[in-house]
Amino acid sequence: MPIITKKQKLAENIFLMNVKAPNIAKKAKPGQFVILRIDEEGERIPLTIADSNQNEITLVFQAIGKTTKQLSELKKGDNMLDLIGPLGNPSDIREYGTVCLVGGGIGAAELLPLAKALKKAKNKIITIIGAKNKKSLIFVDELKKLSKQLIICTDDGSRGMKGFVTAALEALLKKERLNLVYAVGPTIMMKSVSALTMDKARTTVSLNPIMIDGIGMCGGCRVIVDDQVRFACVDGPEFNGHQVDWDDLLNRTSHYLEEEKHVCNLRKIK
Amino acid sequence: MQFKKNKMKTSMPQQKPEERIKNFDEVNLGYDEKSAIKEASRCLQCKKPVCIDGCPVKINIPKFIKQIKDKKFNDAIKTIKEQNFLPKVCGRVCPQETQCEEKCILAKKKQAVAIGYLERFAGDNEKSFDIPKIKKISKKIAVVGSGPSSLTCAAKLALMGHNVKLFEALHKTGGVLRYGIPEFRLPKKIVDDEINYIKKLGVEIEINAVIGRTISLDELSNEYDAIFIGTGAGLPYFMHIPGENLNGVYSANEFLTRINLMKANEFPKTKTPIKKAKKTIVVGGGNVAIDAARTARRLGSDVTVVYRRSFDEMPGRIEEIEHAREEGINFLMLTNPTKILGEKIVTGIECQQMMLGEMDSSGRRTPLPIEDSEFSLECDQVIIAIGQGINPLLARNSELRTGMRGSIDVNEKYQTSNPKIFAGGDVIGQEATVIKAMADGKNAASAIDAFLRGELKDDGSNRAE
Repeated sequence: MPIITKKQKLAENIFLMNVKAPNIAKKAKPGQFVILRIDEEGERIPLTIADSNQNEITLVFQAIGKTTKQLSELKKGDNMLDLIGPLGNPSDIREYGTVCLVGGGIGAAELLPLAKALKKAKNKIITIIGAKNKKSLIFVDELKKLSKQLIICTDDGSRGMKGFVTAALEALLKKERLNLVYAVGPTIMMKSVSALTMDKARTTVSLNPIMIDGIGMCGGCRVIVDDQVRFACVDGPEFNGHQVDWDDLLNRTSHYLEEEKHVCNLRKIK
Repeated sequence: MQFKKNKMKTSMPQQKPEERIKNFDEVNLGYDEKSAIKEASRCLQCKKPVCIDGCPVKINIPKFIKQIKDKKFNDAIKTIKEQNFLPKVCGRVCPQETQCEEKCILAKKKQAVAIGYLERFAGDNEKSFDIPKIKKISKKIAVVGSGPSSLTCAAKLALMGHNVKLFEALHKTGGVLRYGIPEFRLPKKIVDDEINYIKKLGVEIEINAVIGRTISLDELSNEYDAIFIGTGAGLPYFMHIPGENLNGVYSANEFLTRINLMKANEFPKTKTPIKKAKKTIVVGGGNVAIDAARTARRLGSDVTVVYRRSFDEMPGRIEEIEHAREEGINFLMLTNPTKILGEKIVTGIECQQMMLGEMDSSGRRTPLPIEDSEFSLECDQVIIAIGQGINPLLARNSELRTGMRGSIDVNEKYQTSNPKIFAGGDVIGQEATVIKAMADGKNAASAIDAFLRGELKDDGSNRAE
């Protein structure tokens, strides 16, 4: 069983875990994810691989739903029942020129392996990360090292620019030609970024729809891209942001919110 | 003559419809000894047993039925297991009425011998089984997937003395037997029993191993002397009609996986949710559609199955369709959805009435739309069960030659464009039943054995260009 070798609280409700999983670690490439199940009653949830070495993978998650909350209660030395991966298609790493990486919330964690790989492929990297406040920012130093320029945005202005990542991106688009914008974070943020870059810069997004098996079987993760039904698990998770039907995706990801709340309340009572 | 006295099939004890729609327990309860012997006595023991021709894996049917009649129950199961490693599964889910029982001589007079029920009886009454002495051969074979085709291939190769390791991507083995077929038709305990038998034959099993991702086919190919791919057809088809992505529209696979694999019916004790719908429309006419409909019924929904052809063309097992009717499921035939209605969540479905035209390539009459016949139905859940395509993950991430709709190309010996890699079951392209997938697995095992002995001639005809 995959054992947790490290657990760290990165910010309020945001955790980092290293999990020993040599078979997955050896194969993991930027953009890929795993599906895990904590215990026999647990659901299967997808999480992006934030880093990997020969032996371990790094997962960064926000304790927001029932399973991520339960996951955040696990400690170093604990096991999770099942872990499969690496799933999804790896990011297309090439020399693009100037690449702007945009990360919202824990999206910053997903930018790390990308930034590393894209830098190695000789791209000039400009990174924009955003969070609620300075306490919720993660991987600032790591991303700073990998980027020519790092722009920080906070909703309350406690660090960096006050406002959303989109405002920073808008300003950047006026003075810089961007060969690729890569956005990862909340769906609504990726939607806004894609709207902003329309006709201005090629834009890749990493989608995180509701998913069960992750291996092309259930069709739960279906998204509409360029008017076609695509499965995020086997066709994605990365797509051209300008082709994604964002309203459809936002609607679909909201389907089980009531049930999430219900279970989270039950957990509180317990 | 004996069958004159006993023209009718011995009935199968069942849970009452009004009871069973409140639980997921098995509907058919199985024969007791007395009923099994009574039914076995109806068999005419034909000199030329045509029933065997109807069986894709060629079980010696008259022999095992005679053994049941003679109360030699353990011998009966041994006879079955000579050809079929999943008797308890097949006794429950095979479409006997279009296979062995269709050929039965008695079917022409009155009612065929209940071969399926007797197979189930023999399987369920297995008191002990001997693992045959197997002379080990030092060859290593990897089997990818753990559905009926892979399980059968693995079992047969193990019995031939090979070292077999089976890789499953999900956290539980059984493939469609696990995530697809509901508990009330095939209890998971039965699937576990059958897989335990295959483990006892020496087959090693690794779960959570996604071949094509965790381990590449090349790596597997370097480590093993031969490979069998039985990854099935999992990718659900959609109709590509407006509204299909609305919340409340499920593929049958997602709906059934949530319940069968993830136990969403026990939410919130289990953590995978499912919505409890009031009115469900299931689209399709196969076993998957019927399974989804009956599952939705058990979750408390009013259920209507809409199918674009008529009852005669429905590919689902007759017994299951009858069970579904008894359970109060409505059927609307010659009806095809054209649009799913709703803003964010499904509120209804727009349909068109159909009529039947000429025979098509599947031997069924083609459904044709009737002009100006649109009507709509209210519902808060739609389950699409119109078939599945090839699971794309492995085929896309390998160099193997593929054909129509991503199926893996094989020659008549189940050999792919890579001579040491074989494939069978739904992944090679046919819309198959459990038993047909098993027949593929069995035949492929023989071909793999011949290949490993250097007896399978590779004429290069199936090499990738």
